[in-house]
Amino acid sequence: MRVMYIMKSTHEGLPTPGFIAAAHKLAEREIKAGRMLDNGGLMPLAMGKQVRLAGGNLSVIDGPFAEAKEVVGGYAIFELPGMEEAVAMATEFMQLHKEQMPGWEGVCEIRTFASPGP
Amino acid sequence: MTTAITDAHRAVVAVWRIEQPRLITSLARMLRDVPLAEDLTQEALLAAIERWPSTGVPEKPGAWLMAAAKRKALDHLRRRRMLERKHLLIISDMEAEQGAVPDLDSDLDDDIGDEMLRLIFTACHPRLSHEARAALALRMVCGLTTSEIARAFLVPEATIAQRVVRAKRTLSESGLTYETPRRDELSERLSSVLEVIYLIFNEGYTAAHGDDWLRPQLCDEGLRLGRVLVALAPLEPEAHGLLALMELNASRTAARTDMAGEPILLLDQNRVLWDQHQIRRGMQALGQARALGGAGAFYAIQAAIAACHAQARTAGATDWSRIAGYYAELTGIVPSPIVALNRAVAIGMAGDPRAALAIVDGLADEPALKTYHLRPSVRGDLLQKLGRHAEAQAAFEEAAALATNRREQGLLRRRAAEAAAAVADHGRESKTIACASIENRERRRTGG
Repeated sequence: MRVMYIMKSTHEGLPTPGFIAAAHKLAEREIKAGRMLDNGGLMPLAMGKQVRLAGGNLSVIDGPFAEAKEVVGGYAIFELPGMEEAVAMATEFMQLHKEQMPGWEGVCEIRTFASPGP
Repeated sequence: MTTAITDAHRAVVAVWRIEQPRLITSLARMLRDVPLAEDLTQEALLAAIERWPSTGVPEKPGAWLMAAAKRKALDHLRRRRMLERKHLLIISDMEAEQGAVPDLDSDLDDDIGDEMLRLIFTACHPRLSHEARAALALRMVCGLTTSEIARAFLVPEATIAQRVVRAKRTLSESGLTYETPRRDELSERLSSVLEVIYLIFNEGYTAAHGDDWLRPQLCDEGLRLGRVLVALAPLEPEAHGLLALMELNASRTAARTDMAGEPILLLDQNRVLWDQHQIRRGMQALGQARALGGAGAFYAIQAAIAACHAQARTAGATDWSRIAGYYAELTGIVPSPIVALNRAVAIGMAGDPRAALAIVDGLADEPALKTYHLRPSVRGDLLQKLGRHAEAQAAFEEAAALATNRREQGLLRRRAAEAAAAVADHGRESKTIACASIENRERRRTGG
């Protein structure tokens, strides 16, 4: 089963060096275990743009985006035997946030890929 | 594990599956015995299955399992009454460690790469049978339970359990429980590892439409083992070659069966369903194999053939001459009549049915192909292309008689009937025209 983890948070600061080191170690372990296929962190939303379609009109919008609450900060793609493993993985990653960045709050969303096919 | 896993246990098993490689490698390092380490991590799993449903999953499940596994190891050594000095030293080290709070981070710090490699090489030791290697690798490296492996291979659980016990005994009796393959013998030993990974993958691949989800899961486990190996031995070109082959073959999974679960042949597949993400990874792995000088090796060549298919947007756009070239290369490494037959198909598809037919006719006395329906089937196809319909009809009928699959039999009988109709429709004159037009096309192609 291929899943995408989408990290969302209202937290705006940069991750701590301790967190970065621990997350890197975990990522390396998961690559070596053949489970993690890809991952990446995203620059702040304020530095991005939105192309919006509303009421039949297309518009390009520059940041900052006042209405943004939880912002996507990163993603990872894994291949795992099932949803239980996916939850266990996400739990371990969120536990890492708890230890390395006290006060940080956010959501790790687990989404399975839609598989093509008959 | 002899009991079936209930839903409540699945969450525990999920955590365990993720932590298991680290548990088993740490214990193997302490006990200097890989099979024993595997037994004790299984015991740690049982302890968790017993405890966690009532206490809840601990905050650091990995550390909990590690502490439990170490306790089991310690108990085991105590039971052996500390006969050897080596054990005494290990125990004193471990007792000192027991006092400390288990620390997940320090466990994360350990580079388990070499231990993991040792684990894989032990599980896939050439002294063990292929089936035993597959069972041990799935248990020790992938963390599958005996019942899961049994379901995946469609054999009774007792058979797998016995296979594992016997394999472990063989390792113990041969003194191979904690062996480090030397760097210079790595490549040689690697082939027995690659073989087993490919066996696991293919077992799942040929069963992609199986009733039990665990059979196709073998594909994923094979792929995962391939990725593990590439991460641990990044300089081995054939590790990349095998990974490329598996990724490229697996990319077609969604297109390989129809709604009823019937197989769809490669050339008839809807290529929109091919997984481009996976094709890209396969191409990357193939690039790595080539960059490391392994373009001409067994798995890399097969991956190159799969890559030719993966890169063709339509079946008609397939570069058959290139595929024929790869099959010729493959024949040089493994002189197999099946490979030769595949080469003939490619040459026929590339527009030279006469040369292809010469190869197929040269295989007529191959014992391995005597009862293989694809030889007369390919022959019939080539004869049909050459306008020799009466001979094609006979070849398709021969193929239908040899085919064991009813669906294939039906297909071959239809083709025989088509060939028969062509004999009736066209007289001798039109047959000559068909041959001539093919020859003209060939002349144009070869003459430039």
